[in-house]
Amino acid sequence: MVITTRKKRVDELARADMETSLVAGAWRRLRRIPVFFVGVTIMAGFVLVALSAPWLAPHDPTAALLLDQVSKARNTIPAPQPGYPLGGDDQGRDLLSRLLIGSRQTLLVGVLATLIGFAGGLVLGTVAGALASWVDTVIMRVVDAMLSIPSLLLAVSIAALFAHPSQLTVILAVAVVQIPIFARLLRGSMLAQRVSDHVLAAQALGVRPSAVVFRHMLPNALSPVIVLATIVLATSIIDAAALSFLGLGNPDDTVPEWGQMLARAQDVFDTHPELAFWPASCIIVVALGFTLCGESLRDALDPKNRR
Amino acid sequence: MLRYTLRRLGQMTLVLLALSLLIFVWLHALPGGPVSALLGERATPEAARTLTSQLGLDQPLYVQYVRFLLSALSGNFGASIGVQPGIPVTQVFLERFPATVELTVCAITLAVAVGIPLGYVAARRRGGLLDTLSIIGSLISVAIPVFFLAFLLKYVFAVKLGVLPNSGRQDAIDATRVTGFFVLDGILTQEWDAVLNSLEHLVLPAIALAAVPFSVIFRITRAAVLDVQDENYVRTAESKGLTGAVISRRHVLRNAMLPVATTIGLQAGALLAGAVLTERVFNFPGIGDALALGFQQRDYPLLELLILVAAVVYMAINLVVDLSYGMIDPRVRAG
Amino acid sequence: MVQARTTRGRWLAAVCLVSVASLVLTGCVQSQRGRHPAAGRGGGTLTFGLEGQPKVFDPFYAADGPTFVVTHQLFNNLVTFKPGTTELTGELASGYEISPDGLSYTFHLRKGVTFTDGTGFDATTVCKNFARWYGQTGAGQAEAVSQYWVDNVGGFSDGKMPSLYSSCAVQDPSTAIVRVSRTSSQFLELLAEAPFAIQSPTAMDAGHANDVRRQGGSFTFPPYSSTPVGTGPFKLFRDDVTNKTIELVRNDGYWGDKAKLDKLVFKVIGDETVRKQELQSGGIDGYDLPSPADWAPLETDGYQVLKRPAFDLLYLGLGQKNNPALRELKVRQAIAYAINRRQLVKTQLPEGALVATQFQPSSVDGYANDVRAYDYDPVKARQLLAEAGKPNLTVNFYWPSEVTRPYMPSPHDIYTAITNDLRAAGITVNAVTRPWNGGYLAALDQGSADLFLLGWFGDIPVTANWSGQFFGDPDNRFGTGNSPWGQQLANMLRRADADPDPARRTSDYQDINRKIMAEYLPGVPLAHSPPAIVFKKNVTGFVPSPMTSSEESYGPVSVS
Repeated sequence: MVITTRKKRVDELARADMETSLVAGAWRRLRRIPVFFVGVTIMAGFVLVALSAPWLAPHDPTAALLLDQVSKARNTIPAPQPGYPLGGDDQGRDLLSRLLIGSRQTLLVGVLATLIGFAGGLVLGTVAGALASWVDTVIMRVVDAMLSIPSLLLAVSIAALFAHPSQLTVILAVAVVQIPIFARLLRGSMLAQRVSDHVLAAQALGVRPSAVVFRHMLPNALSPVIVLATIVLATSIIDAAALSFLGLGNPDDTVPEWGQMLARAQDVFDTHPELAFWPASCIIVVALGFTLCGESLRDALDPKNRR
Repeated sequence: MLRYTLRRLGQMTLVLLALSLLIFVWLHALPGGPVSALLGERATPEAARTLTSQLGLDQPLYVQYVRFLLSALSGNFGASIGVQPGIPVTQVFLERFPATVELTVCAITLAVAVGIPLGYVAARRRGGLLDTLSIIGSLISVAIPVFFLAFLLKYVFAVKLGVLPNSGRQDAIDATRVTGFFVLDGILTQEWDAVLNSLEHLVLPAIALAAVPFSVIFRITRAAVLDVQDENYVRTAESKGLTGAVISRRHVLRNAMLPVATTIGLQAGALLAGAVLTERVFNFPGIGDALALGFQQRDYPLLELLILVAAVVYMAINLVVDLSYGMIDPRVRAG
Repeated sequence: MVQARTTRGRWLAAVCLVSVASLVLTGCVQSQRGRHPAAGRGGGTLTFGLEGQPKVFDPFYAADGPTFVVTHQLFNNLVTFKPGTTELTGELASGYEISPDGLSYTFHLRKGVTFTDGTGFDATTVCKNFARWYGQTGAGQAEAVSQYWVDNVGGFSDGKMPSLYSSCAVQDPSTAIVRVSRTSSQFLELLAEAPFAIQSPTAMDAGHANDVRRQGGSFTFPPYSSTPVGTGPFKLFRDDVTNKTIELVRNDGYWGDKAKLDKLVFKVIGDETVRKQELQSGGIDGYDLPSPADWAPLETDGYQVLKRPAFDLLYLGLGQKNNPALRELKVRQAIAYAINRRQLVKTQLPEGALVATQFQPSSVDGYANDVRAYDYDPVKARQLLAEAGKPNLTVNFYWPSEVTRPYMPSPHDIYTAITNDLRAAGITVNAVTRPWNGGYLAALDQGSADLFLLGWFGDIPVTANWSGQFFGDPDNRFGTGNSPWGQQLANMLRRADADPDPARRTSDYQDINRKIMAEYLPGVPLAHSPPAIVFKKNVTGFVPSPMTSSEESYGPVSVS
């Protein structure tokens, strides 16, 4: 009975520690960083556009509505005109609608790649960090080996592995690259947690190991991971674009995605740079938004700044 | 120090061995293969079968791997199948390596030369206009896809303005080849126009490739200088009345360099990945270009070697970085 | 301060060391400029953008376009095609005769020809070349090494496989007699192909030309392969792999009209867009196969876009192995009627492209004017499907990604257009896309595709090189072996190829083409597209060939 109450108290301590010193403190500092709000605004705007794209898009993004203005022989594409503020692409499809609908796939690529990378890293990092033994050594060697291949090359090899390139293979390729990064980070913070006071206290009180891991170590190890996740989301979008550029992207362009649109536009870059300019700007702005958020969060959560 | 180095080298060998197996299995699991790359639409199903067995690709994978490993251990990585068929892949690598080294060295030099001073100045004048502008610049250069930046640079400076060449390493100006490093060759043979010509070809790809490392180096330098200038020894030095220059050089910069050195090392892998994209856009005949072509044509032996070498270079640079801690920070030397 | 001084001292020492080292190194390497004699005689240099790295400079071991573009400048063949035509004429042989039984070829050789290494050219050198091709051993016999010989001539002197070639005899120094084991419609044309160029026996011996080795999963080539010696208008000066350029200089001892250029540089630029930009920024003087979309803008900008007559074919393959429904003629005919080929050619293919009526262009001997036509008729297509009992036909349709071919500028667009047509005729289409080298071709070899896009560019204007290549073996990508007529068609093609009488052969081939289109229809021929080549305004004398760059000489080209 006594032990249960003590256990509860340790739990409360751990939660309190996290809540007051991390979340509240971070928020206090974040409020003073204007850049954070810029980042959040971009992020929120992006997600909003992606969610409401089907209602925002003025036309069907796959319909070649302006095909009669496209000529392969004369190298023309539809210019901006009433109803089509950005004109059409080289297949006569409305560029604005494609950009709007494209945000959905781009969001999907970013979020899924980050989630899969995070989940993989979570499993590996938690197992390694929680069970410091030969398991740790083996996992970390594998992670090191994965990290020793430059990320894009790793993504390229994985993407090339699939017989049918598709949006999913792109997501998987980009995600796998993130796994070792998450794993390393999680293991590092788990190790730090393992020797921290509240964990030692919990262990001394005989709390079950699984409970120690999931209720005391993991929540506290997560905050740097959240920071990393926002940044990874941005890199995933950029990496996916690079895969498309190398010809390993989704070949089906009836479901537009910014990276794919950008990669396709490279062929006509010197005659129609605007086809590349729009998706590129979108990618840059969104990646910037996520990076700004991540960086400000990192600053805010950095213990060195907790003065 | 020596024992530490040896242990690290031992670990590297093990990782490489495991990696070689991984890459081998990986590559051979890729759909398609060198046979269709070699024969194209000319292949009849029968010819494809004959060639598959002539290349030994119909044997069990472990047999192929053991054969590869044994000859690789004796320094023979086989000959290229698709990119430059018949040429030993080590030779293909050696012919292309100098190009990538020239490019990456230029890029990293550029990134360091701009990133460190800018980071230092930005930190010393925290919150100023320069600080804000350079932070924005560094954030954008991470957010912009490398290949798009490369296209943009090429479009503006080579195609529209025509001030810089838009592809390749050198024009056909009959330059003498000595080492394969074109800039160095020009200096050695005193063909100064060749030096200039190669440098001109390097400018745009190097800028494109430098964007990401610049941003990282800038931000780390800035952060490190911010950290260090609040440390007690810097305050002590200030209170001792040392001049700003001496403090900067001897206390702030020296101590701030530690994380910066790590970062530069970590950028090596990113540089190689960036080189794949940049070299492709600028038709620059380096390793990255060979990698991209190798993937297209499923040139197994070449890919195997190039990826392994990439890993070796990456690990070696990390080792050097770890060792250089000792030189920059005397405290680390003891451990 | 002591600390600071030592640091500065260290720096100073390092700087001194580097400067001294570079001073020492700089004098010890000599510049090697201007060491070739042809440089700087006012003929100028032409730089041409080549689409890929030549694989090997010994053409006998090559099968890739870029190699042939280069080796065609370095070598001559016994016979060649008249510039700009598909008509055969003598080159190193000033004349030739074929015996009435079609088994013996007598070549009257040109006199006074020497190789660039000084070796004289005569009947002995001709026979040595034949003996070398025929005498390949070990790795030299591999499909990937001697591809043209294996595919077109057959086996080697060890007799394991039958060979079309049988012997070469020297009658006198300027007459060589070559005998073949059976009559063939294409032997003479084969000899005009780049792999069968005549090379210097002396240089081949010195460079161990036949020393090809298999090494693991690949082949290595002997030193001769990078230092070829021929009789052509140019000779190889250097292959600068580090800069992706191949530099040729004029052969001043050339037996024919000497080349006008001092120097011919091939610059390898894999990406079509980059080639265009290089042309516009002046880095190159011309390049092959500009994208059809660029033809008009390039012409507007003052470049010469030379269009060759179409000598290629795009077809829709109908694979019979995977889908039994496609073994029925009516189903295949329904597909042919369902496709609006006229519209496809107009919207998706370059200017000057033609609808293909059969599996060869009209310039190839054996073309029949009266084959069964399949004009666009979706109603008839539905009707045929109903008659065949397959009103709900479902097919998979393979199309390749990561590739463009001269006959197929945008696979995706062509696939989309055809699919729309097929769907309009009530056919259910499931798209499958694979990278060209990443499973597409392999899937076709395995016969897993019902419908697939593929094409061909001819080497020579002989039907054996077209339908003969497609259907000559019933085990092919169309899976014609699954129908009783597959073997029949192969036999007919073989018989026609072996007919020594040219007139009868032509009518045999016309019959075959009529039958293919009316009774067999193993695929739907779609289009012939004219490939173009582009040069700057100041380049003159270039004669485009229907057989594209491997038959085009830079000898008469000049830059003003």
